[in-house]
Amino acid sequence: MTGTPASQPRVVTRPSVGRPVPRLEDLPLLTGAGRYLDDIELPELLHCAFVRSPVAHARIERIDVEAARAMDGVHAVLTLADLMPKLTSGRMPLGASPIKGENSSTPFVLADREVAYVGEPIVLVVAHSRYLAEDAAAQVQVDFTPLPVASDARAAMAPDSPLVRTELKSNVLNSFKVGFGDVEAAFAGAAHVFSDVLSQHRGCGHSMEGRGVLAEIRPGDELCVWSSTQMPHDLYYMLQTMLGLDQDALRVVTPDVGGGFGPKYCLYPEEVALPAAARLLRRSLKWVEDRRETFISSIQERDQYWSVEVAVDAEARLLGIRGSLVHDQGAYAPKPVNLPYNGATAMSGPYILPAYSMDVHVVHTNKVPVSSVRGAGYPQAVFAMERTMDLIAAGMGLDRAEVRRRNLIPPEQMPYTKKLKARSGAAMVYDSGDYPASQREALAAAGWDDFPERQKRALAEGRYIGIGMANAVKGTGRGPFESGVVRVGQNGKVSIFTGAAAMGQGLATALAQICADQLAVPPEDVTVISGDTSKTPLGLGGFASRQLVTAGSSVHLAARAVAEKAIRAASSILEVDEDQLELREGHVHVRDGNRSLGLGEIARMLRGAPGYAFPAGVDPGLEASAQWRTDSLAYANACHVVEVEVEPTLGSVEITRYVALNDSGRMINPMIVEGQVQGGIVHGIGNALYEFMGYDDSCQPVTTTFQEYLLVTATELPRLETIFRETPSPKNPIGAKGVGETGTIPAAAAVISAVENALAPFGIRISQTPVPPQSLFRLIEAARQSQAGQPPRRKDLPDDQET
Amino acid sequence: MYEIELLINGRPFRGAAEARTTLADFLRHTLRLTGTHLGCEHGVCGACTVLVDGVSARSCLMLAVQADGAIVETVEGLAEHDGTLHPLQQAFRDAHGLQCGFCTPGMLMTLVELLRETPHPSEDEVRDAISGNICRCTGYQSIVDATLAVAGAAGTEGSEP
Ligand code: FES
Ligand code: FES
Repeated sequence: MTGTPASQPRVVTRPSVGRPVPRLEDLPLLTGAGRYLDDIELPELLHCAFVRSPVAHARIERIDVEAARAMDGVHAVLTLADLMPKLTSGRMPLGASPIKGENSSTPFVLADREVAYVGEPIVLVVAHSRYLAEDAAAQVQVDFTPLPVASDARAAMAPDSPLVRTELKSNVLNSFKVGFGDVEAAFAGAAHVFSDVLSQHRGCGHSMEGRGVLAEIRPGDELCVWSSTQMPHDLYYMLQTMLGLDQDALRVVTPDVGGGFGPKYCLYPEEVALPAAARLLRRSLKWVEDRRETFISSIQERDQYWSVEVAVDAEARLLGIRGSLVHDQGAYAPKPVNLPYNGATAMSGPYILPAYSMDVHVVHTNKVPVSSVRGAGYPQAVFAMERTMDLIAAGMGLDRAEVRRRNLIPPEQMPYTKKLKARSGAAMVYDSGDYPASQREALAAAGWDDFPERQKRALAEGRYIGIGMANAVKGTGRGPFESGVVRVGQNGKVSIFTGAAAMGQGLATALAQICADQLAVPPEDVTVISGDTSKTPLGLGGFASRQLVTAGSSVHLAARAVAEKAIRAASSILEVDEDQLELREGHVHVRDGNRSLGLGEIARMLRGAPGYAFPAGVDPGLEASAQWRTDSLAYANACHVVEVEVEPTLGSVEITRYVALNDSGRMINPMIVEGQVQGGIVHGIGNALYEFMGYDDSCQPVTTTFQEYLLVTATELPRLETIFRETPSPKNPIGAKGVGETGTIPAAAAVISAVENALAPFGIRISQTPVPPQSLFRLIEAARQSQAGQPPRRKDLPDDQET
Repeated sequence: MYEIELLINGRPFRGAAEARTTLADFLRHTLRLTGTHLGCEHGVCGACTVLVDGVSARSCLMLAVQADGAIVETVEGLAEHDGTLHPLQQAFRDAHGLQCGFCTPGMLMTLVELLRETPHPSEDEVRDAISGNICRCTGYQSIVDATLAVAGAAGTEGSEP
């Protein structure tokens, strides 16, 4: 940033931060005037479709494109060989890693020798309409020799397992250990040891707008790439390298983005293939993912297998956890180990854990590649931990909340250093939060203590109701920075330029509020320009619930610097001491007088006029730039309590009550925060009960429509009751913590805890997600058979239900 | 190619479409009315919902030729000509009924139909009405609240939304 202010400029404003300011984004989106990727129309635009692999693993013997090329309206049919003259590599670079490393796990721009999952792109068809492109794609002949597949990550680890790709020596991409303390001693001295094996299935991000790319050829051979991505700058840097372009020959822009949820964090082969083809053909090209393509080519996540053993003392205090984690990476690794590392290091969450050892194996399978979906490894870790907490409670005859309470990090130990490192290598330091109070408040709101009585009454009527809970902590606001430039225009209105990427979360409104308060203008007078590399030289983008914290902090600092500059300039122009000036309603006022200068006037003076005096002691331009740097995370926390009713004869679950406490630090816009939490919870409920990305043994996807893959709809939900705490983060100037994922992370664990509790009379343990009716029904039937028809009795209720 | 004439949001439109062109693609790409969105193209997500002769239809499952001569209402026609938002649009804004906005046109058209038929729906009726519309962002509650707010306001002022 340009100059750190020695003292706070005097700003008089009615704060907009903390108020539910209506979103600045809404008007075009409500009236059909939004501009999403598929809405962009250009003269002479051609349309693309991809030929994708119909088999999970095969050698490509021959690709015959002649019939397709001969069709009316077809402009080109391109294989990797055709694109290579415009590419520096046929293989995608390792994402999010500027460091050169081994690269035998990233996807190819187009597959030309072998395919490793159903959906892998092989041929790019360019035609005058998408209809014609799809017609032609169906006429491309690819001869395959089938190869054996690896479908289960656990089996794929075996030395004699078929290889996911023949170039690999082993399906194990990476194995590492995460841990601290003396685990053996912990188990040797334990009063009780419990163990469990947990599995969580994969789902998709399913933003309602799929991915899409438009490569526009502009005069002078310039390339403008529009992409529905969370990472415009990453794409810009990557394309410079992959296409061998000078930085000024390329621009990357994100139009309105119809949701992200993780899958748009990765860079994809299509985002390289289209620009390369556009340069080859010298034509502008568009490709928009259809929903079937989402199912078979957009990132998926959550297939993990955890074996967990926990040692506790006689008071149920955690002594140690050990185990192993097998992470299904799918066919390729666009990012190296982010998710399993997140998961393994996040497991102990809000609890004090003296010793820990987790063996992590990242294993390829012949399925869609894996990276982040909302939560990014955390939901699995929380599921493993919270299910373990319930296991301890059941095993020791204690209340589930009480076991957690005894192990929560007390507020007086904040900041609390976990004996682990974040991915940046920095120490994992929980900056703030009151976990016991959060749990207390959530339980009280949900009527946890009265529940056993209600449950008893319900059971007497033959109804199976249950309650469950889960705590979670999420590191948010990942750095190293996000850019923020604040500039006052000639009319006094303010613009923010940022590398942060908007994808529907209300980023522009929140940043405008932060800026508005520093400059004493209404948020409506602030515009936010994001996701355009020609307007913002530096930036990262959207991931890890980071943008409000990082971009918000940069905008806060930049706006404050602008305020200070305006006052300094006004002092020089009006010849009044700075301490006699204040910024109010977009003007710098002399405090005891009626003279003032508008921000627009000051901006006009600071733009410079040849031959006229320039205000002394200020730099040109009423603007400031900040790249707030951080290596630490701001840790948000949540406690969810869920009530369900299960119909054992159908295996169906109705969520009857959902109470969610969320602490994401200082809330810039409580309305937006609540929306994030509610949307996040519903995603997590989907993961718990409905969303199942199925594959058969030959790794054929079997859920490729919304009729087979169920997303939660409005009728499956009770009213979501949200409670907010605001423990400001001391780690950033605005005190904020991220909120994009905190709703999702504990949700599945809490729902499953409730379902298990409802079925306590059957003595069922649930260690998996999701549990759609058929899975639950099978568990119930198995339990019925082993109970040999015994009716549920009072003593079959778990002990934490005793009052 | 077939010549298609229809009335959209009160204005006559005409264009040519192949027999297989969906109404959604005809609206979006031929007529450049891109407010109607496509979220699945197989009839489940509801993003493409428009009203055809007053009844909600999935424009991804309907052919353009089937809409020849029809009266079609899309999200572009909801606000007044002077820019005043339709009460539902305003309520969506007030209640944070949209995040990314991609499902919003389909939600709005579905709810316009609901409120015409049932001006004072219960919460369950609202949830039922949008049970064929998928929103990945909001968790639906704010959409339900927005609708109930309009229905409530319509009740007190005695005006039809
Ligand atoms: S796009 Fe028509 S229902 Fe999904
Ligand atoms: S607002 Fe994004 S899908 Fe509904």
